[in-house]
Amino acid sequence: MNYFGLFRAIVCVYDTSMKHVDVIIIGAGIIGCAAARELSRYQISVAVLEKEYDTGFGTSSRNSGVVHSGIHYRSGTLRAIHAVRGNHMMQQLCEQLQVPFKPTGKLTVAFDRSQCEELKVLKAQGEANGVPGLEIIDVERMQRLQPGISGIQALYSPSTAIISPYELTIACAESAHHNGVEFHFGHTVSAIDRAEDGFIVHDAEGLCPIHAAIVINAAGLYADSIAQMAGIQGITIYPCKGEYYVLDKRLGDQLDVLIYPVPGHHSSGLGIHLTQTVDGNILIGPSTAYSDSKEHTGTTSEILRALRAAGHTLLPTLSEGDFIRTFAGLRPKLNPPEVGGFGDFILEDHDRFILLAGIESPGLTAAPSLALEIVALVRSHLSLVEKQHWSGTLPARERFLELPLDRQQQLVEQDPDHGSIVCRCEGITKAEVLQAVDRIIGPVTYTGIKLRCRSMMGRCQGGFCIPRIAQLLEEERGITMDQQQLKGPGSPMYHRHLRPEESTS
Amino acid sequence: MRQLQHVDIAVIGAGPAGLAAAAAARSAGAAVIIIERDDRAGGILNQCIHDGFGLQRFDCALTGGEYAHIDELACRDAGVELLTDTYVSSIERTESGFALHTMTTGLISVITAAAVILAMGCRERTAGAISLPGTRPAGIYTAGTAQRLTNMQNIMTGSRFLIIGSGDIGLIMARRVTLEGGSVAAVTEIQPYPGGLDRNIRQCLTDFSIPLYLETGIVEILGTDRVTGALIAPVGRDGLLDTTRSTHIPCDTILLSVGLIPENELTRSLDAVMDPVTGGPAVDEHLMTSVPGLFACGNVLQVHDVVDLVSQEAAHAGTCAAAYLRGERAEKRKTITLQAGEGIRYVLPQSMSAQGSTLLSCRVRKPMEDVTIQIRSGSELIYRQQLPYVQPSEMIQIPLDLSETAADTSVEVHCVRT
Repeated sequence: MNYFGLFRAIVCVYDTSMKHVDVIIIGAGIIGCAAARELSRYQISVAVLEKEYDTGFGTSSRNSGVVHSGIHYRSGTLRAIHAVRGNHMMQQLCEQLQVPFKPTGKLTVAFDRSQCEELKVLKAQGEANGVPGLEIIDVERMQRLQPGISGIQALYSPSTAIISPYELTIACAESAHHNGVEFHFGHTVSAIDRAEDGFIVHDAEGLCPIHAAIVINAAGLYADSIAQMAGIQGITIYPCKGEYYVLDKRLGDQLDVLIYPVPGHHSSGLGIHLTQTVDGNILIGPSTAYSDSKEHTGTTSEILRALRAAGHTLLPTLSEGDFIRTFAGLRPKLNPPEVGGFGDFILEDHDRFILLAGIESPGLTAAPSLALEIVALVRSHLSLVEKQHWSGTLPARERFLELPLDRQQQLVEQDPDHGSIVCRCEGITKAEVLQAVDRIIGPVTYTGIKLRCRSMMGRCQGGFCIPRIAQLLEEERGITMDQQQLKGPGSPMYHRHLRPEESTS
Repeated sequence: MRQLQHVDIAVIGAGPAGLAAAAAARSAGAAVIIIERDDRAGGILNQCIHDGFGLQRFDCALTGGEYAHIDELACRDAGVELLTDTYVSSIERTESGFALHTMTTGLISVITAAAVILAMGCRERTAGAISLPGTRPAGIYTAGTAQRLTNMQNIMTGSRFLIIGSGDIGLIMARRVTLEGGSVAAVTEIQPYPGGLDRNIRQCLTDFSIPLYLETGIVEILGTDRVTGALIAPVGRDGLLDTTRSTHIPCDTILLSVGLIPENELTRSLDAVMDPVTGGPAVDEHLMTSVPGLFACGNVLQVHDVVDLVSQEAAHAGTCAAAYLRGERAEKRKTITLQAGEGIRYVLPQSMSAQGSTLLSCRVRKPMEDVTIQIRSGSELIYRQQLPYVQPSEMIQIPLDLSETAADTSVEVHCVRT
């Protein structure tokens, strides 16, 4: 237990009235945060409990960032319904939250006759699901959309888009927080007791138990253990790892449209492919391998080797210097390894315990739609009266180097820190880094800063800016070296001052 | 207000290359400005508090800071203007040369220059660049970043270190953290030979009993919040790591010293022809790139072993840039291309004017004993030199006179067993 936890536990002993909220959301991933934002419209109290020290530190920040059209899912399933509706909602949500959204469209490419038949099946399924604008196109059209593409035919889905998955998660949380939702980080739920009028939720850190009328399980990889705490048996989440490479922005303009292979029937993923990001990088991946651990997001040399080989085939101009980072995410799968493939989402109301499980791909796309469904379930138990003053929008977050000169001029005059570059690779200014620091709801961490402003995300991976951020945090925000953490308590960036007598802190 | 300023020559970067280039250009009569993104001149030398700099140029062992100070004073005395805390956000060609868009606290401005000398140096290869497998906890730094934190910001990054790669900065940091009470479990190197200079192996590892494991790579980085260790393994017969022979090394910090990449994003934005092997622009004997008026020197051009040679190369670039402005450079004569032949990884410059002369730099592909460096133009041998020992970590420089060589030919440099 950290000191803060101990302090809270002591306070708790003397606090005779247990804390009460109307709704507890377990998990601050994209599902929990999107639900929190939707619930923040109403005159109820909502608390989000998260074991990590920020939003979206799990699967929500470790995926391709694709807003899927909905062609791949069997008609009538929750995946189909919520992917199509979520896709439809996404652009407006991103505009409200100032999250970059790029409508790219997608080509699912066939390389032989049998795969052309598959394309027809996918098109019919997509149309049955309500996916707009689907077309089977020939080589000539394919070449116009993506010069140099191989394959003999493709299914074009114009509604496929890309977003920044972590920015969306962060922005949903920020919007919810502005509208009164509490976030409790470093809060691991350890037990859930049913009480007469709801639940008492306990935590592993020895903080206060919290009473809530409704509990929403949005715990992602841990949805099974949280369900079990509430007495729901029979759910098992199998983590399934996907590894990725991030490529230098130098190659970013080589892809105009998303390109996927036709998926195999029993595949648990959509195949290794190239995906551009809204920031101009390219991702190679993801691989598909079931894992024993729900925490281990390490990469492996065998899979990285396979991804590199695939990358060289898919992008002939790729050179070794273009690989700038690797990462891995864990899909929360309901199907065990021996079954493979995809299970449908689970969204069920167990007498005020709202269970979400198996929200793997297209979970990011589905999030805005699932959030509405969650609100509908909450409404069946609680009367939801809209707040008079609810604001669903966030102020614009400008990237200095992407602005026109006259706007840059204006900003520098307003705040001189706009002229000072902290991250040379991404061109992030001191003002932008400090804005990111100040936007963080929980403890300030390097990963939190990175996900909010892209500092440390470029080709030098923080080599240049980490020493400068260390200094900024100390001098501008009073966070001394010994308090600086990568991703929360327990992940100290530095060991000690070399000459304590010379330190300023 | 946006400021506009015009100079003859703008030098980007005030490290050793930028300072030497600026001083030379100024003494040849040009009005020179240096644009530096850090808060002081000196570049990476400022964090090099160990000695050994200047052995060739000054015949004494200076610290990095002392070495830089000499060149900074020379620039000041000569009247070179130095802008610190200033970042070149973009550069473009104009009718009369170049326009550099710069940013500094409270000000964005444009500097126009008739010629530009690129001296941005290099950056370190990262964990992602070498596809380091495993997790990404706190405690993984490139050696140069750790060096800056240690020597300039009073921060010890860890207590027990594993150093991946035997580049010079990693070796220097092995000694540095040991002197500060840390311990270094080992230095690993995937190649069969070290990446750094012999003297650094002796003075930084051998003298401190730090083991160097050659032909050894990383199977996995361990730890979720902070590094707890790494699994290392030797390279097997198939060239992959033999994980059946892996060893667990407990440590709380990983330093990476796995190579340097010339920092050429601005160069690429001007569409200069690049050399994929050096990672820098292709240049002629005047160190001018394929873009007229754009010169390059120091680690942005090719990664050097010692600063003395950086200064020498940069002074040449400065002199040539000033001559270019005076129009002294003869009209472009037919050129000779220089190519790496057997046993040679790269040759610089990549082209020369016929009848020209130059100081050629090259590196060999692997360590070899008793070799002959041969320079050939077709079947004609125009230079030969016997060397007892060569290795990739030590740059070979050869004064080359091509006054007898015909235009439009190709000259090849070879390294063969004697």
